Amino acid sequence: MSECWPTIRITVNGQRHLVQAPPMKRLLDVLREDLHLTGTKEGCGEGECGSCSVRMNGELVNSCLVPALQAEGATIETVEGLAQKGELHPLQQAFLKCGGAQCGICTPGMLMAAKHLLAHNPHPDIAEIREGLAGNLCRCTGFMRIFESVIAAAAQSCVAEEQRGADAR
Amino acid sequence: MRGDAEAHELIAPGNLSAVLKLMADAPGEWTPIAGGTELMVAHAAGRLNARRLVSLWGISDLRFINATTESIAIGAGVTFRDLREHGVVASDLPLLARAASWIGSIANQSRATVGGNLVNGSPAADSSPALLAYDAEIEVVSVHGRRRIAYSEFHTGYKRNIMTTDELLYAIHLPRRFARHQQYLRKVGTRRAMAIAKVALAGTALLEGKKISEIRLAAASLAPFPTRLYRTEAVMLGEAVTAETIHAARKALLAESQPIDDIRSTAEYRRGVAANLLEEFLQSLRQEGRTQ
Repeated sequence: MSECWPTIRITVNGQRHLVQAPPMKRLLDVLREDLHLTGTKEGCGEGECGSCSVRMNGELVNSCLVPALQAEGATIETVEGLAQKGELHPLQQAFLKCGGAQCGICTPGMLMAAKHLLAHNPHPDIAEIREGLAGNLCRCTGFMRIFESVIAAAAQSCVAEEQRGADAR
Repeated sequence: MRGDAEAHELIAPGNLSAVLKLMADAPGEWTPIAGGTELMVAHAAGRLNARRLVSLWGISDLRFINATTESIAIGAGVTFRDLREHGVVASDLPLLARAASWIGSIANQSRATVGGNLVNGSPAADSSPALLAYDAEIEVVSVHGRRRIAYSEFHTGYKRNIMTTDELLYAIHLPRRFARHQQYLRKVGTRRAMAIAKVALAGTALLEGKKISEIRLAAASLAPFPTRLYRTEAVMLGEAVTAETIHAARKALLAESQPIDDIRSTAEYRRGVAANLLEEFLQSLRQEGRTQ
């Protein structure tokens, strides 16, 4: 059968891949099984919990609901792409500092949803953070600390922006 | 049981005419799939009966919002994110923009399409009450051509609609004539995000003096498909909004609605809440009538 499967071209965290997979295979399974990127988790498998959140062409998606064929040519960002050159992303640092991660299964999805939110809205208020993360469930119910982590990460980028501004002056 | 990816065929012809030809050559054989927020859930649960699927995702012919002075045309492939971020939709069709903002979550809104929402035909569909209250028309397309019908006549039964097996939903047309109307939309669910409506009610009404000269009421989860509440509208049309007419409208709604008991709610709760939503809308009209 596998010789009949289409070859799907995807770029994940800046790296190009060719994957031969059944077209209805979930993007989630392509990431985890074919590309061995197991940072993206499966929770409910039906688009309710957000554990499998990744960014696809700049949009936040539940990778459990994306058939592989619809990811053809797409640029995907997963949690593995957050840290750069061995340094954690400001969101990851904030989650660590503020206790935003407990058991950890929702964390990759929370981080990607938070990254998506901050990409569109660098200084969200609490209502906007709640809405941005509303599709991500934390089974440990640690929502307040997760929201605080996002606030902290946004504030840090605020400090960084001010610093850049000061440096420029 | 978990679905088996290898048990399904999926192809992506990439343009509308190729999809229509495929559907005409083998009517009923191919199931269209857009953002997958419904069919992939069925697939994951091993409940996806369709063996052959044709992808509509990424077909630009279906993803457009065109506004003229008279009307707004929304392509079936427009996502809820597209809808909630569109300036003309926000200004002229605020109920639709609001419905789009509370469908699922950000991740669902970036993939779910308005065409998918209507073709799936859930009685609880989030976009339907607003579209009914705005008097939407549906345009369907096949290799044989296009036809338009009132959206209020699109659904014919539980998850059934007027489309034939070779047709595809192409666009939704909305008249730009509701700027002066009082507008109402409220959804009642277990939480703001991710919740499927227990019941939802939309309304548009025009007051002339103290009397209602035009009214449209529509509901989700009060019938086997999203529906206009014609008999309740008839009670209010031409009347002033008074305690008596509100009482009569509540009674008409209770008689007209036919909700069911299911995992999300009970028929009794749905009926009672729908009557309360109606009253909330009518009371707001009454306030408006007093200030005119």
